[in-house]
Amino acid sequence: MNRQIVKLFGFILVLYTLLFGFTSYWSIFDADSLEANNANRRPLLEEQRIRRGTVFADDGRTQIAVSRPQGQGNNQIYVRHYPHGALYGNPIGYSFVERGRVGFEQSHNDELVGNKTEFLSVLDELQGHKQEGEDIVSSLNAEAQEAAVNGLGGRRGAVVAMVPSTGEIKAMVSIPEYDPNVVRNSKAFQRLNTDDSAPLFNRATQAGYPPGSTMKVVTATAGLDSGELSPSSTFSGRSPIEIEGVPLSNSGGEQFGTIDMTTALTNSVNTWWAQAGEKLGNDTMFKYMDRFGFNQKPQLDLPGFQLTSSGVYDGARLLDASDRIDIGRVAIGQERLRVTPLQMAEVAAAVANDGQLMEPRLWSKVIDPDGRETKLDPARQSKVMSEDTASKLNTMMQSVVREGTGTAAAVSGIDVAGKTGTAELSPGVNDAWFIGFAPATDPKIAIACIVEHTSGFGGPTCGPIFKAVAETILNGRTG
Amino acid sequence: MSARTRELFALIPVALLVTAGFTAVLITNSDQLGNLSVFYGGYFLALCVATHIVIRIRLPDADPFLFPLVALLAAFGMVMLYRLDEGLARDQANWFVLGLVLFSATLIFLRDYEALERYRYSIALAGIILLILPRFLGHETNDAFLAVDLGPITFQPTELAKICIVVFLASYLNERREVLVVGARNIAGVVVPPLKHLGPLLVVWGAAMLLLVFIRDLGSSVMFFGAFLALIYVATARISFVIIGLAMFVVGAYFFAHTAAHIQQRFDIWLDPFNDPGGSGYQLSQSLFAQADGGLFGRGLGDSLVQLPGCHGDFPDRCAILPAPHTDFVYAVIVDELGLFGGAAVVLIYALIAERGFKTAILAEDGFSKLLATGLTAILALQAFVIIGGVTRVIPLTGVTLPFISYGGSSIVANFILLALVLMVSDKARRRVRREGEAAA
Repeated sequence: MNRQIVKLFGFILVLYTLLFGFTSYWSIFDADSLEANNANRRPLLEEQRIRRGTVFADDGRTQIAVSRPQGQGNNQIYVRHYPHGALYGNPIGYSFVERGRVGFEQSHNDELVGNKTEFLSVLDELQGHKQEGEDIVSSLNAEAQEAAVNGLGGRRGAVVAMVPSTGEIKAMVSIPEYDPNVVRNSKAFQRLNTDDSAPLFNRATQAGYPPGSTMKVVTATAGLDSGELSPSSTFSGRSPIEIEGVPLSNSGGEQFGTIDMTTALTNSVNTWWAQAGEKLGNDTMFKYMDRFGFNQKPQLDLPGFQLTSSGVYDGARLLDASDRIDIGRVAIGQERLRVTPLQMAEVAAAVANDGQLMEPRLWSKVIDPDGRETKLDPARQSKVMSEDTASKLNTMMQSVVREGTGTAAAVSGIDVAGKTGTAELSPGVNDAWFIGFAPATDPKIAIACIVEHTSGFGGPTCGPIFKAVAETILNGRTG
Repeated sequence: MSARTRELFALIPVALLVTAGFTAVLITNSDQLGNLSVFYGGYFLALCVATHIVIRIRLPDADPFLFPLVALLAAFGMVMLYRLDEGLARDQANWFVLGLVLFSATLIFLRDYEALERYRYSIALAGIILLILPRFLGHETNDAFLAVDLGPITFQPTELAKICIVVFLASYLNERREVLVVGARNIAGVVVPPLKHLGPLLVVWGAAMLLLVFIRDLGSSVMFFGAFLALIYVATARISFVIIGLAMFVVGAYFFAHTAAHIQQRFDIWLDPFNDPGGSGYQLSQSLFAQADGGLFGRGLGDSLVQLPGCHGDFPDRCAILPAPHTDFVYAVIVDELGLFGGAAVVLIYALIAERGFKTAILAEDGFSKLLATGLTAILALQAFVIIGGVTRVIPLTGVTLPFISYGGSSIVANFILLALVLMVSDKARRRVRREGEAAA
């Protein structure tokens, strides 16, 4: 019998080897794919046990998003709370185990939960440190947010305010807004998700609007910087004229004689700019659009799905210079051109910053649990135009606000440079725009404003909003 | 060095391990646990030394490593339970004491285990009654009848039944093995045992099927039948008998699997646990996730996620991310916290216990002793395989306890009685070997 007993033991050992093999497979070889399995809630649940970092407004004190402890001991979890409700709703987003993450909360998740490189986290573990999130000071300014919300006054639209020299976003508002605190509730989330006014949609970065005459700043840049045009270049301003075989009129059918670029920009003469666009052609126009950041996702620190490229669209397809495009109408912000409010703020900011476009950023400072700070190192996205071009455009844009279509944006005591835009969607229904910066001589802030589906025009509708936000920022201590 | 002195020394690292384990858990969860952990090691050592003295008096020649290895498993289990819930560890410590008491009682009152042979049919009957008892007195858990309610405590009779069945089989096969082999005929190239001696063996097959259908306990069924086949093989040296038995079991299981949705579902989950990871596949997929979470070295004692954060309720019956972390899935928790190393250590300890058990069987002189030691060792080793195999998806998951580690009184008590019997066989065998050695010298 002894031989059989030895064989039986051998058989048991084979079975146990299988146990060892399978345990190795699950714990080592297949571990990564198991961890990535959708049904595996461990990573999310683990994160709940980490104190997620606080998001502050630019003053470093105002709390935008905080984590509050619930329960005790090993059972303690942290739940996100947004003390100011809807005020920062769209750019900041939310982070809940039940709902996942969007917005700034998603794009800055690694810092907020304190994820580090493998090596550093092993060191931390050896020292017995618990993983802790890092705090982030965002670039958003509380007063500027409020001014933008109040300025829009419930009208659908968006405001983006950006510091030209650093790219920091001081205000980003999308109306209708939503309160991230209520997203935790499934029914409330369902309601927000199916609401026709799309409150969860960040109009500032996701919505593509026809830019109207604000696009003329891009056309002017292309003309001046390429050397094809100068402030004194002339075209006829009569209306209507044929562009691509279709008649084009000036706003209100207004007639002008042969006028220079400054006059054409100040009075937003469509026929003049359409001829300029045709003279420049697809290649030059697209070259400068690309430099401004069109035809690519904005380089903002938000999740990619919440960023939309600006450009000429055929359905969902972005067209390029080789496509058949009515470039004359692109030059005045018509055709199939769709732009985000963020993109137009970047256009204003590039002119304001002597032609240099800085990468837009929603964060200013990261503070680790030991108090060490990492500050934003502003990065140039592109050199759009020469300093000379920027200076000439600046002067012309000042005249828009001083004596042209944008007088409503004037701020007493300082010079403002800007451009209005009114994209007519149907008779009497416009998307009203204003983009600009102030002070014109030493720009501290560049702002884009849009109000959707309004009967009003760009200047009178968005000018006052620009003024309110600009004044708030320029008067504020942090401005 | 005498066998008993070796045993005593082997217990010291066990006590150190249990102290270290408790301390580690305490440090991690100091805000939640009482401060009595440091004494656990001493308490545990005292209990083991007391039991050691009983062994020293009654079985001076018994195998020196079996008891320390079992104590190591028990210590492992206690630390894991303490890590899950202090109350569970306290209960388990009480069961551990009761187990040691019954272990000692078995050594003291059962003077000669060979007397069991005389009562083999009574013991077999007792075993069968124990098996079907839960159907009449018990309650249903997970579609199976596993436990009997005895006032405040529940009792799992299958744990004791396995000893009864092995004693019967060892005795029966020892007597009939000659005729089974001699009377065997070659039918179409397959060696078939004589039909008239097949009756009692068909009864065993029937009992396994009964377990499957009536009690719906696939795990115990596999374990019993596995031990039965192991004994048939060792007793007759005919692999063909094993193959016939296996075929009968598979055919039976296949037939009944289609009649019992419960068993069919176990197979489906085994084949694809991620098909319905939120429903029927939840347990197994969570078990695999826990093991993936552990990796090579584990998260550390007390550091894995066992309780759903923010959930309030009686852990571990509620709020456990991995269901039954203290019973069926304790191995997954071990891998989560101690990694592949911890899991491999547990498997290795069972392998070493099996090695000592089979060694005992080899040293034993008479057939009954050999078969008894083989059967008891095999059923213990198979039980560990069935549950660890289920948790690691080697085989379909079935609910049997992990011997000496899982929470549960019946399991601890029955396995200590099982250990007592193996040690008694070992004592007799080794005493003979020692005397022969002395006579030769």
